[in-house]
Amino acid sequence: MSSLSVRLQPATASAALTFPEKAAALARHIAAAPRLAQVTAASRLEARPAPEMVASGVSEMDALTGGLPRGCLTEIFGPASSGRTGVLLAAVAAATRRQEACALVDVSDAFDPRSGAAMGMDFARLLWVRCQAGGSWAKRKSPGDEARSWGAGISGFARNGTSAGNLEQALRVTDLLLQSGGFGLVAIDLGGVAEKMARRVPLTSWFRFQRAVEGTPTILLVLSRTPCAQSCAALVVKLKPSAFSSQLSARLQPAHAQVFKGLRTEGELLRSRLERKPAGKVCGAEPALRRSWG
Amino acid sequence: MAPFCCIFVPGFPLQALVRAQPELRSQPVAVLEGRPPLQKVFAVNEAARQMGISAAMTKLQVEPCAGLALRERSVEQEAAAHAALLACAQAFSPCVEDSGWDAVLLDLAGMEKLFGPLPQIAGAIARRVAEAGLEANVAAAETPDAAMLAARGFAGVEVIPEGQQAERLGSLPVELLFSGPQTCEQTEQLLETLRRWGIRDLRALAALPKVELSERLGQEGLHLQKLARGAVSRDLVPVEPRLVFEEAMELEHPLVLLEPLAFLLNQMLEQICSRLAEHALATQELRLRLELQAGYSWDWEADAGGRGLPPQANFERTLRLPVPVLDAKVFLKLLQLDLKAHPPGAPIAKIHLSAEPVRPRAAQGGLFLPPSPEPEKLELTLARIAGIVGEERAGSLQLLDTHHPQGFCMQRFAPGEPQAQCDSPPRDFVTALRIFRPPVRVAVTLREGSPARLDCPQREEMRGTVLWAAGPWRSSGDWWSRPWARDEWDIALQAQCGIAVYRLVRDLLAGKWMVEGEYD
Repeated sequence: MSSLSVRLQPATASAALTFPEKAAALARHIAAAPRLAQVTAASRLEARPAPEMVASGVSEMDALTGGLPRGCLTEIFGPASSGRTGVLLAAVAAATRRQEACALVDVSDAFDPRSGAAMGMDFARLLWVRCQAGGSWAKRKSPGDEARSWGAGISGFARNGTSAGNLEQALRVTDLLLQSGGFGLVAIDLGGVAEKMARRVPLTSWFRFQRAVEGTPTILLVLSRTPCAQSCAALVVKLKPSAFSSQLSARLQPAHAQVFKGLRTEGELLRSRLERKPAGKVCGAEPALRRSWG
Repeated sequence: MAPFCCIFVPGFPLQALVRAQPELRSQPVAVLEGRPPLQKVFAVNEAARQMGISAAMTKLQVEPCAGLALRERSVEQEAAAHAALLACAQAFSPCVEDSGWDAVLLDLAGMEKLFGPLPQIAGAIARRVAEAGLEANVAAAETPDAAMLAARGFAGVEVIPEGQQAERLGSLPVELLFSGPQTCEQTEQLLETLRRWGIRDLRALAALPKVELSERLGQEGLHLQKLARGAVSRDLVPVEPRLVFEEAMELEHPLVLLEPLAFLLNQMLEQICSRLAEHALATQELRLRLELQAGYSWDWEADAGGRGLPPQANFERTLRLPVPVLDAKVFLKLLQLDLKAHPPGAPIAKIHLSAEPVRPRAAQGGLFLPPSPEPEKLELTLARIAGIVGEERAGSLQLLDTHHPQGFCMQRFAPGEPQAQCDSPPRDFVTALRIFRPPVRVAVTLREGSPARLDCPQREEMRGTVLWAAGPWRSSGDWWSRPWARDEWDIALQAQCGIAVYRLVRDLLAGKWMVEGEYD
């Protein structure tokens, strides 16, 4: 590191420098001093390249978000029957059709193979990890594992049947998958986890996952009832049910004459950190984008 | 001159034992053979010989000796050492003759252009054998039998120049002519006769007149004289050993913990992988067989946290990999994870490890292929995941040809090599179903044959009036084995955040109502 030393001639009785002269001399000395080697002018900093976007399998979703970003954490949340599982499986199916190896970490063991087949999923390229409560891992935990235990704040048994053990298994498995690398998409299905329990996943876990996928071609997709990853998610989409379609014209029709055609979903883009805003623009809250499909 | 080389391992049974347990090299060791209680000393090393231990002593006689390590003779370890010896020889010549467990002969014709002059080749062979864990005598001569005699008689590396066999072999004792594997009563009589004549070394035998020797000892005597002169020329009978890559180890004390077992497995895996690499092969299947201590039951549940299994005489595990791999560290890690998930259940007395050789994988990556996990990393990751969630709960699934709603099975995840990427056309959005495993029992109130109200003690969100229902759709099957029959309904319930749509199922055989899944 260079140091700047400026030595001004002491004022003498015969040639006293005025303040402007002193300032000019100081400016000349500073200009002559060598610059620090590692400091780059801000104008020369290269912008981080935007992540590659791939199709999510739902055209309306692609129109809303531009697709799913590689090397980033994407979060999709919504209440029950909001269409979130359909979006998740569509993304997995699209990735398997692209010949990519995918992994689905199923915290509640809720994946329906028939639904996946209906979406054209290639099961040979899907690693399905079915977490279970009180599995063999829970028995074999050693004291050392406790210290490294994921989600140390997670405890209790949710009334919907998903225990803290499931969630801890899911976090450990996700960490292994991301460290292993090579997967095109890793999806974590927290749709069956109670909101309270999902919120107890420490932010450090999400940060760790986000750092693990950064710079890789892996898409990390998280599905939940409520937003969990907070600032670690580069893309956050909220889904809610609008109306479910049916042949119901009037409730007078008997049940055997009715057919459930599907859910109608409304998606709202809450956050997208994928586009770098141009310098000099001060932006307020941009209007959230909405799309409906189903 | 077509040189031949002989590799001879003195005290082979003892060396095979020490090869598996290197810590015994610096100790006096005696190898026992026979059935208890009539075991006798079979072989001793120099340190034990200095203590006064000799062959044919009984176990009772040698047991009181302090500091003497007693081991049972192990045929498996000798076979593994012999395989390693053959592998070392075949690294220098394609024509190798198997001359017994402790010696091999090599034809070095033309090898000088590859490996250098004969003394250099002999030194390289000696170093190679030492790396395999054996201390051998290496001798090179013009004829194979002269090389064999020199290897048995001279320690270290010996090279006999052309035409000097008789002179160099002359100092060797005449007993060396009869030290091969083919010893019978007739050869013992010949030896006895030569001793009575005062023939002590090969020089004296070579100096006997031919005619008189043949008149008294016949053709056999003439043959022995030619051997003593190093004048017997013959072709080697090359051996084509089976490509068997096995290692075996018998333990002095039964092993209880997995960590020391991992240390031993690492040694064995490195030996197997190095031999595979010498043949430009890899392996896709590893078989581990542990012989357990009989009549012993160990609570592995308390120690390793695994499932408590009843003790078996033999404990076998087979690791099958989707692609050929040649990495000892990967194999060791996979074996460790497998043994943690499936502990033996009793102390381990012997270890057998074998690998099935296959051609190595020839894969060429493409620049534009989609990302795929590395096979070795993927195997380790899958093994770790199986240790967390269970073996049958991680893998890819296969739909079965049945109408049963849960008709699928789990199988090993092997994505295969990705093909060139192709963009498939987008498909219409399909509403997915989230399955509840196990299904949630509910109480249903019917109105005009349709569900009107649901009550569920377990889940608050599944209580309320049914806003809309569609169905039923009846399905059944497997009447010939395990029959099932059900009616399915799609119902809409008012939830806290809107309307939730469920699949309601009635088991017609059990008469129970349950919510099978949620449309999402």
